[in-house]
Amino acid sequence: MTEDQEPRKSGLGLLVDAGRPRATRAQLIGALLCGLLGFALVTQVHSATGLGFTTARQSDLVDILDSLSSRSDQLRAQIAAEQTSLAKLTGGTDQTEAALEEAQQRAATLQILAGTAAATGPGIDLQITDPQHQVAADDLLEALEELRDAGAEAIQITGSAAAGTTGTTTGGTTGGTTGGTAGPASARATAAPGASGHVVRLVASSFFVDAPDRSGILVDGVLLAPPYDIVAIGDPHTMSTAMGIPGGVLDTLTAKGARGTVITHDTVEVTALHQVAAPQYARPAPAAASAG
Amino acid sequence: MIAAIALAVGVVLGVILHPTVPVGLQPYLPIAVVAALDAVFGAIRAILDGIFDDKVFVVSFIANVLVAALIVFLGDQLGVGSQLSTAVVVVLGIRIFSNAAAIRRHLFRA
Repeated sequence: MTEDQEPRKSGLGLLVDAGRPRATRAQLIGALLCGLLGFALVTQVHSATGLGFTTARQSDLVDILDSLSSRSDQLRAQIAAEQTSLAKLTGGTDQTEAALEEAQQRAATLQILAGTAAATGPGIDLQITDPQHQVAADDLLEALEELRDAGAEAIQITGSAAAGTTGTTTGGTTGGTTGGTAGPASARATAAPGASGHVVRLVASSFFVDAPDRSGILVDGVLLAPPYDIVAIGDPHTMSTAMGIPGGVLDTLTAKGARGTVITHDTVEVTALHQVAAPQYARPAPAAASAG
Repeated sequence: MIAAIALAVGVVLGVILHPTVPVGLQPYLPIAVVAALDAVFGAIRAILDGIFDDKVFVVSFIANVLVAALIVFLGDQLGVGSQLSTAVVVVLGIRIFSNAAAIRRHLFRA
C-alpha cells in the first residue's frame, strides 16, 4: 500500500492514500468544508425533526393555510347544517309534545262533557223532595236547562230506586238528606249511587220521560223515583241564583207541592258515567280531524 | 483522513451546540447539504478514480452549494420554489446514487 504501487491500487488503498494527512492548504479547506457539511447536516436534521412549520417555505405555508381554511369552511357549513337539523328535530319534538298535551287536555275536557269521565269541582246539590209525585219530566228538564244556562259543566241525577208503587218510594236514607237544608258547606256531596237509588249522568243526549204509572221518571231509560238529587259542577253562586229566580225551578217545584233545596259546596263529585256507544255511521271528517 | 475527522468534528459540534437555523437560511440549508453531499461523494469517486484534485473538490463543493441555493432562491422568487427544490434534490440524488455506484464498484469490484 505504498505510493509506488500507483497503477491500479485497490480502492480502499486509494482512499487511505488520499486520506493521508498532508498539510496543504487545499486539504485544509476541504477538511473545513467537510466539517461544515457535518455541522450543517446535523443542524438541518435537528431543525427538520423540530417543529414542522418553522422550516416550511412561504408558498407551502400559504397552501397549508388555504387547505386548512377551506376545510374549516366545510366544517363550519357542516356545523350549521347539523345545528339546523338539530333545531328542526328538537322543535319537532317540542311541537309534538305540545300537540300531545293539548290533545290530552282536549280529550279530558271532552270526556267530562261527554260524561265518560268522573269530574270534581265546586258546585251545587239540588235536592228535590216530591212526596206526592207531582214532579214531571218537564220539571226536571227545566231544572237541567237552567243549570246548563247557569254554566253547569257536569251534572248527574240521583233518584231512589223505584219500588213500583207510590207508597214505598220515599226511602229513609234520602229523606234524611232532604231534611238538612243547610248542611255544612264543606261536606262533600258524594254522588255515589247509594244503596237507595240509581245515578244517571246527564249529558247532551239525556232524556226525561214520565213513567207510565207516575211512580217516577225515566232518565236515559233508568227509572228514578223521588226524592231526586241533582249534583252539578259549575259556579255555585250562579247556579244557585239561577235555581232561585222568581218563577224558576224552585218556584215551579213549590207550586207543584214538591220542595227543592239548593246547597252549595266547595267540592262536589260527579262520579256517574255515561256509556257512549261508538258511532256506527258517523266518522270524523278529514278536515275536522286535521283542524282538530 | 483529515476530512473524515473534520466531518466527525462538525457532527459533534452540531450535536453539542444545537444551533437554530436562521430564518433566511431555512429554505436553502437542506438543499445546500444535499449539494455538499453530492460534492463529497463525487470527491470520493474521484479519489478512487485517481483523478482527485483538492482544488477541484473545493471549487465543486462551494459551487454546488451556491448553485443549489441560487436555484432554490430563483424558484422562490418565481413562485415555484418547492418544485424547483424538489427538482434539485432529485437531480443531486441521482448523482449521489451514480457516484455511490461507482464507489461501490471500486471498493467491492461489484
